[in-house]
Amino acid sequence: MNRSARLITPHLINPHQSTQTPTIQNGEAHMTDSLRDTATPTAQSAAVDLNAPVDLPNRIDVTDLNIFYGDFQAVEGVSMTINPRSITALIGPSGCGKSTFLRSLNRMHEVIHGAYVQGSVVINGHDLYGPGVDPVAVRRKIGMVFQRPNPFPTMSIADNVLAGKRLNSRRMSKPDAAELVEKSLRGANLWNEVKDRLDKPGSSLSGGQQQRLCIARAIAVSPDVLLMDEPCSALDPISTLAIEELMLDLKRSYNIVIVTHNMQQAARVSDRTGFFNIKGTGKPGKLIEMDATEKIFSNPGEQETQDYITGRFG
Amino acid sequence: MITDTAPQSSPAPDDDFLGGDTGKLGDRVFHGLSLGAAALILATLAAVATFLFKEGLPTFTGDKSELDNTESFVSYVGPLVFGTIYISALALLIATPIAIAVALYISHYSPKKLSHTLGYFIDILAAIPSVVYGIWGIGVLAPILSRSLYPWLDDHAGFLPFFGSDVNVSTSGRTMLTVAIVLAVMILPIITAISREVFLQTPRLHEEASLALGATRWEVIRQAVLPYGRSGVISGAMLGLGRALGETMAVAIILSPADGYFWNVITNSNSNTIAANIALQFPESSGLEVNRLIATGLVLFIITFGVNAIARKIANAGFSGADG
Repeated sequence: MNRSARLITPHLINPHQSTQTPTIQNGEAHMTDSLRDTATPTAQSAAVDLNAPVDLPNRIDVTDLNIFYGDFQAVEGVSMTINPRSITALIGPSGCGKSTFLRSLNRMHEVIHGAYVQGSVVINGHDLYGPGVDPVAVRRKIGMVFQRPNPFPTMSIADNVLAGKRLNSRRMSKPDAAELVEKSLRGANLWNEVKDRLDKPGSSLSGGQQQRLCIARAIAVSPDVLLMDEPCSALDPISTLAIEELMLDLKRSYNIVIVTHNMQQAARVSDRTGFFNIKGTGKPGKLIEMDATEKIFSNPGEQETQDYITGRFG
Repeated sequence: MITDTAPQSSPAPDDDFLGGDTGKLGDRVFHGLSLGAAALILATLAAVATFLFKEGLPTFTGDKSELDNTESFVSYVGPLVFGTIYISALALLIATPIAIAVALYISHYSPKKLSHTLGYFIDILAAIPSVVYGIWGIGVLAPILSRSLYPWLDDHAGFLPFFGSDVNVSTSGRTMLTVAIVLAVMILPIITAISREVFLQTPRLHEEASLALGATRWEVIRQAVLPYGRSGVISGAMLGLGRALGETMAVAIILSPADGYFWNVITNSNSNTIAANIALQFPESSGLEVNRLIATGLVLFIITFGVNAIARKIANAGFSGADG
């Protein structure tokens, strides 16, 4: 039950961050308590098999996905089930295709000319790559947070939050807009810090605040899934902690998929972890194994995974 | 035999080790050259300004009887200033939307190959001499417009003071609107080139932020590209305006000028521009009349200077807030 126990796994403890670890344990303990009330199946007891597909809305079923950029195959043969109301972490060395795979979940990789996929990504009975599916519509349902905070520099904090909503429905009454701004900023744990300066530009915030603003902007359109592409890699440890706590909060309502280079982060926040690897430059990335996070970091099924998480990689 | 493992002899202190003057001469020469070039520009500017002031001054102090009409300088230059700004503003109004559209097409819509070709042709527009534009304007554009567009505007938009129907529509087409359209074509390349550059520089992060919220291509442009490029477009437009204000040949060839303030842009009564007026009047002027023309040149110099200063201010102000 106590998931913080796995933090004691020796190879996961980085001496540089040892001061931070207790805080996170507290955070997790707190989160686990609050999760108990919400009757979330995945979090209710350790006896539940995290790998079993959960029959709830917004589950993502990826089947035999191959991703190409022109002639180059970036990802080969990925099949996985991503359960809703949980955090799924994707780890692996640079260039292993995990970010590409994440982007293929809301068709963002298509911004690169010549990108296409084979296989299927099914959510709520709809194949994202089915005929007649509009990538714009896909992205409205599946939000994304990027590696570097990217609030629109010319917009105020409030306008940044409303940016997505304004695309969907041009007219919104003032009270409705104010309510949505407050709700989204509260959801992103940013309200108390910015409530007195909503009309200031988003670029006036600190890096960590900007990233939470981006999360507020993403959840303001009430997406079904939230994709995060190394959301903390440009942030300091305190801001990282704030985002991690926020993720644990958000997973009660969203299906969260996060790509991270920080294995401790994957171990701290995620319920399941997928390990991607690549045989060599120019070769496609593959999903080596996917399992409950605890198992991946204590007793992985593959030697490659073991090598990577213990730092014996390469 | 004993082998000496110690250094044979301690090397003499190397003077060049830290204090040598390697490359210093080249540095000094280049510094001198670039300083000289910069100073030359300032000197030229100062010389032109001094000339304009010195030669323009007699207009206010000299004997008015030398002039063929003794009106005050303000009432002489007023219509010219009006014509200059009015026609240039009109040209800017026509050129800017087209330039933005073309720049967006090149930067965000067209296939790469086509965008190169298109950019090349637009740059060629800038290389056409203005006298050629003038001849084309009076020989081709003016007759076409006077037969098609102007009567239509007179009939359908005559309620507007710009196309008012109380005066006859020009049959020659040598009007302020024709000039404005030709000037618009002439300033299109510079506005397009600068807009294209700033649009291409839009950080990928901002465009992806917009895309990830479910924005269509046009919405990405509205949400991320245009706000980012706004200051660049404005400074490009100001540079274009600067060129339009000073354009001489095309205006002198096309326009059929009259003395006075005219709002209607499609008649035979047109306010002239300062530059075209100088070009047309100079050969027939003598004495104080020449001084008066030079004084109007000084006014144009100040207007253009102001426009450039504003452009610079906007360009600098805009980019500080928008970091990548």
